[in-house]
Amino acid sequence: MINRALAPDFRPIDHIQLIKPEHISFNNGCNLFSFNSGDQELVRIEWIFANLRFDPAKPLLNVAVNTMLTEGTSTLSASQIADKVDFYGAFLQVEYGYDHSQVVLYTLNKHLKSTLPVIKDIITDSIFPEKELATFIRNQQQKLQVSLQKNDVLARRAFNKAVYGNTLYGLGADFDDYKTLRRDDMIWHFRQMYQPSNCTIIVAGKVDKATLDELSSAFGDKWENPTVEADPSQPELQPVTEHTYFIEKPDALQSAIRMGLPSITRANPDFPSLAVLNTVLGGYFGSRLMANIREDKGYTYGIGSGLSSLIKGGAFFIATEVGTDVCKAAITEIEKEVNLLKTELIPEEELSLVRNYMLGSLLGSLENVMSHADKFKNIYFAGLDYEYYDRYTQVVKSITSEDLIQLANKYFDMDKFYRVIVGKI
Amino acid sequence: MVKFNRFILDNGLRVIVHEDHTTPMAVLNILYDVGARDEDPGQTGFAHLFEHLMFGGSVNIPQYDEPLQRVGGENNAFTSNDITNYYITLPAANIETAFWLESDRMLSLAFSEKSLEVQRNVVIEEFKQRYLNQPYGDVWLRLRPLMYKKHPYRWATIGKEIKHIEDARIEDVKAFFKKHYNPQNAIMVVGGDITTEQAKQLAEKWFGPISAGEKYHRDLPQEPEQTEERRETITAKVPLNDVYMAFHMPARLEEGYYEIDLVSDILSRGHSSRLYRNLVQEKQLFSEVHAYNMGSSDRGMFVIEGKPLENVTTDAAEAAIWEELEILKQQLVPADELTKVKNKTESTMVFSEMSLLDKAMNLAQFELLGDADDLNKETAKYLAITAEQIQQQARSVFRKENSSTLIYLADKN
Repeated sequence: MINRALAPDFRPIDHIQLIKPEHISFNNGCNLFSFNSGDQELVRIEWIFANLRFDPAKPLLNVAVNTMLTEGTSTLSASQIADKVDFYGAFLQVEYGYDHSQVVLYTLNKHLKSTLPVIKDIITDSIFPEKELATFIRNQQQKLQVSLQKNDVLARRAFNKAVYGNTLYGLGADFDDYKTLRRDDMIWHFRQMYQPSNCTIIVAGKVDKATLDELSSAFGDKWENPTVEADPSQPELQPVTEHTYFIEKPDALQSAIRMGLPSITRANPDFPSLAVLNTVLGGYFGSRLMANIREDKGYTYGIGSGLSSLIKGGAFFIATEVGTDVCKAAITEIEKEVNLLKTELIPEEELSLVRNYMLGSLLGSLENVMSHADKFKNIYFAGLDYEYYDRYTQVVKSITSEDLIQLANKYFDMDKFYRVIVGKI
Repeated sequence: MVKFNRFILDNGLRVIVHEDHTTPMAVLNILYDVGARDEDPGQTGFAHLFEHLMFGGSVNIPQYDEPLQRVGGENNAFTSNDITNYYITLPAANIETAFWLESDRMLSLAFSEKSLEVQRNVVIEEFKQRYLNQPYGDVWLRLRPLMYKKHPYRWATIGKEIKHIEDARIEDVKAFFKKHYNPQNAIMVVGGDITTEQAKQLAEKWFGPISAGEKYHRDLPQEPEQTEERRETITAKVPLNDVYMAFHMPARLEEGYYEIDLVSDILSRGHSSRLYRNLVQEKQLFSEVHAYNMGSSDRGMFVIEGKPLENVTTDAAEAAIWEELEILKQQLVPADELTKVKNKTESTMVFSEMSLLDKAMNLAQFELLGDADDLNKETAKYLAITAEQIQQQARSVFRKENSSTLIYLADKN
């Protein structure tokens, strides 16, 4: 008979091997990084551009230009672009982020010759046709009306606006913002932003010589910069003075809660340590917030905390949706859990679990060669190198409960917390 | 091509091993052949509530998540109308922990009253968060009973009403476990950096001693052929009008399933699809419109959903959708367009092989349908479909008397 009460032996994770990229630097300023693993005959190619400086009078230019890249060039209509990509079984996505906007292509290698010219076209020759722009504005305004009825969306918008101020990060587009979009502004923005010197290309998958040759010939030295340089500088973050927000929804069954404060970025030496502290509090299923507020009290379907690390700054936040009748009680419990981190040492039993969980999670996040490319993006755009991951794993393995209690007192000052509630108290 | 080995334990547990030595990770996926369709009409939402209780400790292991996280693992689960699926990913060196945890909860749960009480509350909050406190969140609570009158697909996995969840008792939990959670009703897939020999030895060691239990024989009321168009209009506190149209379609293993699956791609996959191009871009009637189907084990739902622009009536919106469906019924899909959706299906299959967990889940689902190896034959089945076959299925599915239409009217006050 086996003893089922006894857990099998296990091995802690010792070492995590990351694949590092090959680098090609073109004379036009564009950098290409490639991750080759030839198991499947496919590649993911990302063209990543830094967003241009935020203009409060025209707040949506970065996102609108990115989203509309698939809406037409001087030689291809929106339909033709979609047809070409879909016909070859490829996937073309445009993705807007706070710091960068990107174009992503997933394609089988055998169709690269047919799909790549479409990408070249939209990156170098998009024209943002008036009709498509009108459609874009109308549809976005409709979608906005739906999102604005979701309490968690409202909470996130209010929180970001408070923590980041009037910047790209703090922007929550409203109905009228869409009216500021003009075609000529978009074309100007496009030309300035989508140029080689502002572009990083990351390829992952089966990257053979033919693939690199195709890419070099399309996006290498022959792709020229315009005379105007891109200005990707951004204004400093401006957290506002008002720290408490309540948006009342009399019919709500649940209230969305979001609280937290501006915090450090990945570039700060404390970041890996803070990541451990965050995991203990609300970063995994067995976290203290989940254990207490979901698994013990049953107040919510889910609660978590997180660190967001962006170029101009970071934030720490706790987010949940709870029954309106237990909203106050949930906030009390959240505060209790944060305070416990500042007053009581985390037991070694719990800390060792978190160490193993975090290392397993890092290992597990390296599912395929594309995930290795994602790990690279995290450090590259934060101005770090692979030493970061060595330090990260070292910190996770060795940080002490004493370090963490100090860290909690340094970074979780409850008096500085922003608090947003949407629903009923 | 997803290679695998297969064996069956004496107690009836089916085991599939997919060796993938390119990763340092392993997965253990267990599919139980029970879903919301197997529930008593007076106790809906039970399969899903039960899934939550599977994390509340088992007979020898008081805490499920903790020992798994301690060895660097993660897990989750989902319940559908057809199945309940549990999965673990962890460093391959620690795979035995997964066998230990999963076998103990297949052996028996702890059946703790506290866990039941808490998870009832958690699921009620989930009910509110996803179905009641969201604009249009209640659509499945309304559309399913409109379309199904007899078959248990008439309720959503979350359940018909909160009261059914409130009423769950520990005796019900025990009975449900006995009926559905045993080796004969489960399929286990082990994947990643592990050998078949290792998997066999661990399966024998941990799952072998579990008694076979009783085989559950499914005997569900079948949905009679729908003979009249059904409609429901509701005025709700939503920002925009919304049109939902649902049709009965072939079951996953029935003739015609692949045709209808391709139809949803023709209508709605990507910006080159018909509904997007014609109704969003050209005619400018909708801000968004989608078509999709539920590849259900029994006869499923084909759904078309669209939010008309504010100057467009729901009547006009519906008529425009019907116009597109009529074209499918009357004209053959052009060769290029058919090649396009087939190419997309093919590349999607290749891309899905990038994920170990996806491969494991797919193997389990195909084994449940009859044979895990059908996963590798799937692409060929799509490639063989002709334009004539698609037209024939479109004619059989897209009929007014086979449709259930649900209209949301925005109450702006």
